[in-house]
Amino acid sequence: MARIDVRKTYKLYIGGAFPRSESGHSYEVTDSKGKFVANASLASRKDVRDAVVAARKAFGPWSARTAYNRSQILYRIAEVMEDRRPQFEEAVKQSEGGTAAAARGQVDAAVDRLVWYAGWADKLAQVIGNANPVAGPFFNHTAPEPTGVVGVLAPQSSSLLGLVSVVAPAIVTGNVAVVVSSYARPLPAVTFAEVLATSDVPGGVVNILTGDAAVLAPWLAAHMDVNAIDLCGVAGSAELATSLEVAAADNLKRVRRAPDAEPDWTLDPGLSPMTAFVEHKTVWHPIGI
Amino acid sequence: MSTTAPTDPAPGLAAYSEVTAGEASLRRFLHGLPGVDQVGAEARAAGLGTRSIKTTAKAWALDLAIRMVDLTTLEGQDTPGKVRALASKALRPDPADPSCPSVAAVCVYGDLVGEVKAVVGSEVNVAAVATAFPSGRASMAVKLADTRDAVAAGADEIDMVIDRGAFLAGHYLQVFEEIVATREACVRPDGSHAHLKVIFETGELQTYDNVRRASWLAMLAGADFIKTSTGKVQPAATLPVTLVMLEVVRDFREATGVQIGVKPAGGIRTAKDAIKYLVMVNEIAGDDWLDPDWFRFGASTLLNDLLMQRTKMTTGRYSGPDYFTLD
Repeated sequence: MARIDVRKTYKLYIGGAFPRSESGHSYEVTDSKGKFVANASLASRKDVRDAVVAARKAFGPWSARTAYNRSQILYRIAEVMEDRRPQFEEAVKQSEGGTAAAARGQVDAAVDRLVWYAGWADKLAQVIGNANPVAGPFFNHTAPEPTGVVGVLAPQSSSLLGLVSVVAPAIVTGNVAVVVSSYARPLPAVTFAEVLATSDVPGGVVNILTGDAAVLAPWLAAHMDVNAIDLCGVAGSAELATSLEVAAADNLKRVRRAPDAEPDWTLDPGLSPMTAFVEHKTVWHPIGI
Repeated sequence: MSTTAPTDPAPGLAAYSEVTAGEASLRRFLHGLPGVDQVGAEARAAGLGTRSIKTTAKAWALDLAIRMVDLTTLEGQDTPGKVRALASKALRPDPADPSCPSVAAVCVYGDLVGEVKAVVGSEVNVAAVATAFPSGRASMAVKLADTRDAVAAGADEIDMVIDRGAFLAGHYLQVFEEIVATREACVRPDGSHAHLKVIFETGELQTYDNVRRASWLAMLAGADFIKTSTGKVQPAATLPVTLVMLEVVRDFREATGVQIGVKPAGGIRTAKDAIKYLVMVNEIAGDDWLDPDWFRFGASTLLNDLLMQRTKMTTGRYSGPDYFTLD
């Protein structure tokens, strides 16, 4: 007798738990050829609200961890991803199409990117921080500090490498993230959430919502308790991006603007994804005391 | 509300004079009260908690809840400056929005009544905890002196704790007489009296039956309000406990014609919780109690969440804790 398929409905990832959408809604996820794969929760504005609360709660402890410890945790995410490589490869191939080799290449690149960012945790302050020469008997230091809760609209087409490339730089400096995944290709993000839940990342540091960025982003952009927003996921829709920038201006959010088109994620990202979400703190300290 | 002159007991109350005449009759009466169906009460409270209150009704409920808050700070570390800041917040909870109502009262320890009074004047009531709060473990003379001090300092309301030890040991008359004596200590030289709230510390009373008995005991002794908890013991206020107390005040008014207020305190932190309580007040006691004179929330962090929800309703975007003062 033929076995009956298990038709899965994936859930959201908020505050270290996997709740259903508060709205109770879900949507069908299809593969690159339009065939049904699974259901994913359709996040609502109230899920955004809950995710921001969870993220805010996690921000204090996460930003207080040593850079070295954050580095270890990012490296641990890479390790656990490595363990679940077949699942990621299948999810990427299913959602983006292309060959198995291409999918494998994307998973490789995503794991490597995490390792790369993990290395930056305790080095960024050395590179972009400074000891400033001042005209007086003072030590004067400038050091980067995390901005706070960062809303991240993950890229729509690069479902894994793109996702990792926007989430890792936000959290490695001590920020916490509320991520809206790709609408049409959410499954690699769901698997990534499962990896996060099992790799020492404290609950609430990364929250992943599957759903429509056009619906969720305005709430995230206008939210007074969100400190920064990365608009990558609305690349190409200039009008929406502009309206989000206007909404974000209300509480002077840091905005990483939407590119005209999704960048080539395989290129060296440089430091700007990290430096976009840090605040420079300058400290004066008298010499000799 | 805090200045009603003491009058003869209401005619309905007189019928209970025999009950309170002695230890035996009081025990017989309290133990003769029908028991509380624990499962039923909890299910009813949970059921009422699922009501959905939206849009204009929610806006109305939020404003009402703000007007019902007894903004409370009862810490050993309370400084005069901190208490004055809290009092200013009680007057104008949201300085950015003049349409936001004041809270009902500021609740502090007795020695800080003057500090609050200096800020709020008569716009907001000042409530003082008394009678060796929170444990209630002191001699009667000390408890009464504590109460008189607070009243003399200008407290509009007195929150007293009952002697839970005596109550649990079954010395009901002793508890009754303590409440009566404290009620007398609340009388001012001009004959008016400070409102008396009686705290049961329901977390220490063990059963809903005891909550019902304590409620009747306090109301017969002349309490103006019955209050769940000090906020120092877990569990503090819960929906089922408040449900039992609301049933009692409803029954008491039917029996005697005297209306008594209810104040859940401790553990109510979100606007959502507050609205659940308001739904319960309306459904159990009736809308006569939907008024700051008859229902209060003893809380400190609740106010900020109410303000955040209120701001969300007026601006259409989610607000954050950065925009409201820490208590």
